[in-house]
Amino acid sequence: MTGVKPLDPRLLRHAATARVYLALTVGLGLASAVLILGQATLLADILPRVFLDRAPLAKVTGPMALLAAVLLGRAGIAWAGEVAAHLSSARVKSQLRAGLLRHAVALGPAWLARERSGELAALATRGVDALDGYFARYLPQLVLALLVPVAVLARVVTTDWLSAVTIAVILPLIPVFMALIGISTQRRTQRQWSTLSTLAGHFLDVVEGLPTLRIFGRAKAQAAAVRRITNEYRIATMATLRIAFLSALVLELLSMLAVALVAVSVGLRLVDGRVSLHTALLVLLLAPEAYLPVRQVGAQFHASMEGVTAAERVFAVLETSGPDRSATSVRPPAAVPDLRAATVSVEAVWFTWPARDVPALAEVSLALHPGERVALVGDSGAGKSSLVSLLLGFTRPQQGRITVGGTDLADLPLVQWRRQLAWVSQRPYLFAASIADNIRLGEPEAGVEAVRQAARLANAAEFVESLTAAYDTVVGERGVGLSAGQRQRIALARAFLRDAPVLLLDEPTANLDADSAAAVQDGLERLMAGRTVLLVVHRLALARGADRIVVMSAGRVVEVGTPAELDAVQGPWSALVAAAGPSVGATGSAGAAGAVGAVGAEVSG
Amino acid sequence: MWRLLRLARPQLGRLALSVVAGAAAVASSVGLMAVSAWLISRAAQHPPVLDLAVAVVAIRTFGIGRGIFRYAERLISHDAAFRVLADLRVRVYTRLEPLAPAGLADFRSGDLLSRLVADVDALQDLFLRVLPPPLIAAIVGGSAVVLAWALLPGAGAVLAATLLLAGVAVPALTMRSGRRASARVAAARGELSMHVVDLLHGAPELLAYGAADTQLDRVARSDAELTGLSRSTALTTGLGAGLGSVAAGLALWGTLRVAVPAVSAGSLDGVWLAVLVLTALAVFEVVAPLPVAAQQLERVRRAAGRVFGVLDAPAPVNDPARPRPVPAGTPVVTLEAARLRYASDAACALDGVDLRLEPGRRIAVVGPSGAGKTTLALVLLRFVELDGGRATLAGHDLRDYAQDDVRRVIGACLQDAHLFDTTVRENIRLAQPDATDEQLTDAAERAELGPWIASLPAGWDTRVGERGAQVSGGQRQRLALARALLADPPVLLLDEPTANLDSITEQALMGSLLRATEGRTTLLITHRLVGLDAVDEVVVLDRGRVVQRGRHADLVRSAGLYRRLWELELGLTAVD
Repeated sequence: MTGVKPLDPRLLRHAATARVYLALTVGLGLASAVLILGQATLLADILPRVFLDRAPLAKVTGPMALLAAVLLGRAGIAWAGEVAAHLSSARVKSQLRAGLLRHAVALGPAWLARERSGELAALATRGVDALDGYFARYLPQLVLALLVPVAVLARVVTTDWLSAVTIAVILPLIPVFMALIGISTQRRTQRQWSTLSTLAGHFLDVVEGLPTLRIFGRAKAQAAAVRRITNEYRIATMATLRIAFLSALVLELLSMLAVALVAVSVGLRLVDGRVSLHTALLVLLLAPEAYLPVRQVGAQFHASMEGVTAAERVFAVLETSGPDRSATSVRPPAAVPDLRAATVSVEAVWFTWPARDVPALAEVSLALHPGERVALVGDSGAGKSSLVSLLLGFTRPQQGRITVGGTDLADLPLVQWRRQLAWVSQRPYLFAASIADNIRLGEPEAGVEAVRQAARLANAAEFVESLTAAYDTVVGERGVGLSAGQRQRIALARAFLRDAPVLLLDEPTANLDADSAAAVQDGLERLMAGRTVLLVVHRLALARGADRIVVMSAGRVVEVGTPAELDAVQGPWSALVAAAGPSVGATGSAGAAGAVGAVGAEVSG
Repeated sequence: MWRLLRLARPQLGRLALSVVAGAAAVASSVGLMAVSAWLISRAAQHPPVLDLAVAVVAIRTFGIGRGIFRYAERLISHDAAFRVLADLRVRVYTRLEPLAPAGLADFRSGDLLSRLVADVDALQDLFLRVLPPPLIAAIVGGSAVVLAWALLPGAGAVLAATLLLAGVAVPALTMRSGRRASARVAAARGELSMHVVDLLHGAPELLAYGAADTQLDRVARSDAELTGLSRSTALTTGLGAGLGSVAAGLALWGTLRVAVPAVSAGSLDGVWLAVLVLTALAVFEVVAPLPVAAQQLERVRRAAGRVFGVLDAPAPVNDPARPRPVPAGTPVVTLEAARLRYASDAACALDGVDLRLEPGRRIAVVGPSGAGKTTLALVLLRFVELDGGRATLAGHDLRDYAQDDVRRVIGACLQDAHLFDTTVRENIRLAQPDATDEQLTDAAERAELGPWIASLPAGWDTRVGERGAQVSGGQRQRLALARALLADPPVLLLDEPTANLDSITEQALMGSLLRATEGRTTLLITHRLVGLDAVDEVVVLDRGRVVQRGRHADLVRSAGLYRRLWELELGLTAVD
């Protein structure tokens, strides 16, 4: 029970509902304590009168009626507590989730990429759901564990101080012993953890590798290994559990022994007449109540920890500050110039990704004039994607600046800036929605005809219309599987519909087989016509259709020129062409005529 | 559920023991209260202290017993559940084995497979959390009812009725409402999770296209729906808790109501009054875990349904009753008018394919994605059966051989070969467990892995991580190639060895591949054409049919799909 705060104040700060709930729980806990005392007092009143005085039922109707009321009250509290816990838990989860996601999106794609968005998604859903255990079970018990023992002791001490002392002495021993055991087991469990997780993952590893095992005729032999490893897993886990369960053992032993001690003590003193039957019964009824909530908190503690850990990770995200915008945007945001006429220029920009030593961009300068087509080449790690990320406003330069028609990008509202861009990545993301909605991503108001037109231009219409539900076909995680080439074409249609003056393209034909690449290339060519284009290129042949080629290496621009200019000198470009082998070298100077255009012409013809 | 119990038969002794220990633990605390009540009542009559000695000893024993018995119960039940799990996993594994890979096509995504594995693991909850609580409740609750009945039949009846209300009716209520809600909750949860994944994975697109707020709204809407559903669940869960409390209250009050007149009428000795009341108070502990057990039952039932659903799928391929022995040496492998379709409404994956692989020759199968290349590999490895035509090995139908024997002759390196979470050495050695270090080094050298292994921190003993996560794509394929070379099968089949690699790695790997397979009977399946001038024959597949075949040099010269693929790959096309 050590190390983790039982109630994280941040929970109350970030989720307003939690505050109301906590107050309600304390209220219910107080009522509960009062009713517990009432029930014991009434029983201790009724039983001796009936037993010793042979009182008939008629003589105890008053206390019996009161007892019924107390019991009903306890049932009511049980109902209200449960309902309140589940309702508030749902609300708090909802608030935390919304806050987490909004903040994560505000932190931007660069941050998300580092954070492993898969884990973050799991945190926002299953992780936050684990708070149910915390709210519905742990927190109410924690409140009871603090209130009820105090109430019981206060009641008992007025009637039989010896029992009160017995109860009070053992009560604090429980958390002390549990903490001691907790500390020693924690160390042991941590040591065993890596072994355990390796053993636990083994079965999945083997099942996933079944095809491979069958090919080498090793599949049948692995059945024995599955049994052996699972048994090893059992032995290792049991060793941990033998110690982990000790804390529960101590808890039960101490609390039950305390009750037994109290019972025997009052019993023996009753023989001498040193206490009354009323007092003895009252003490016997109340002693277990003092320990019950403490025992239950112990039982719920581990179940609730999952939720608390999840909450702590949510807070860690919420407390991450985003890219600093305030410093640069003291002036009111300027209007974004029309990119059909304005030049975008990157001016001596430096950029280093967080937690990296080497800058991704060093002193990079580049101008993108209206209507111009610029190809960006260089091996992986040259800084091409970092540059695109800066232009999209996902990251900001640490030195230098990006200007749009002379105005610093930092002074422009990002949303309006991005309105004039269309971006197609290497692996475009399709959302769990209809194809039409995916194409409409940037233009949610676009009509059916506009969507069809965009799909036609992107060479997507044919395959989309061959699907049973055509544009209403749901894609993404749950929908139909589309090939990489088909996804690219939907992304192109997205860009067509956006109809932005500037295109940022991260070589959309990489990783496609030749046939799909041709269809994508064809659509791409049509999209690029009449727009300003920055095209990141992996297959060098594609760069030949550009007005200018910018060669990057290790974060710097190392060569700039028209394809013909670059072919003519033995510079970095020629070195890249030579290294890429025959597939580009074979094109020779004939390719300079515009390989990209030719590909499109052939396939569409 | 019964199938699951049958599987657990070897562990029934342990499971029974854990239930007995669990019952003893709860009985201890009920006993403690009952005997204490007697002790105090009797003491009020001022008897000689010796009369109380037995009760005092009993109270102290019960006080110690509860913790000890509980500890024993938890250890025994966990141990038994893990033993059941070992049996279950082996059983599931042996049933899954003949299904892979074709029968598991629906599980291709790693997530589904890991859910199946999680389902198998969830089945042990039946023995930990579902079965013991009702059994313990029946034993202890039943004994308490019998005892109360013996003292005063009316009190026994009250206890029996209220225990049944709290132990049967309340869990049934929560289970029913839970079942009704859970389908809708699961759907809403899935919807929410889908939108969250979209939001986070698609964040770059959403921001670039100014659609982040729309997606956040979508998340908020499905969140609101889920929260709304939990509201109705909360009401029923609360009702269950309230009813359980009402039952406990009724037991206490009802016992008093029948016992008080009995005492004053003299039909019940007053000493027993407190015993009856305190027993009624303490025994309700046994029904407390039942609603949770009922919920767990639902979960286990669903998991079992999914697991058995997979296990009951028919194996795609069966061995013949008396398999023909495979011939020694390198056999001729052929496909004759091979035809196969995966579903009756699907297009043919293979539609009359002929192929003849002579010893010592290398054939490449190329074609756009979806042409049937991988299916062809699965057929030759006898992972799937043909619908028409036949595949032969040394002149006999592939169906006449045992699957394992076929795979000893035709070895393969499949697309996305799995790397196991162990060392480099063990991953390669898998192909031939008794391989010497020399053979290992030789295979690694031929896959051109030598320098890479030498550069690793622990060399051959470096772990590759989960699913080979610590290894780059190119090295991963080379490891798989080394594995296939170590197995040294007479016929080698390579399926898309360069898929998902960047073009520079791809070219280097193709070079290694072609050098390593020189002079070896090889079928190379690929979508890239670089280097194919080195193979003896190229077969071009398109939509399950052979559209062209011949040598690279000839195919490039004649018009057709191959030439078009070649030109596209070069990035230039002659305009006609």
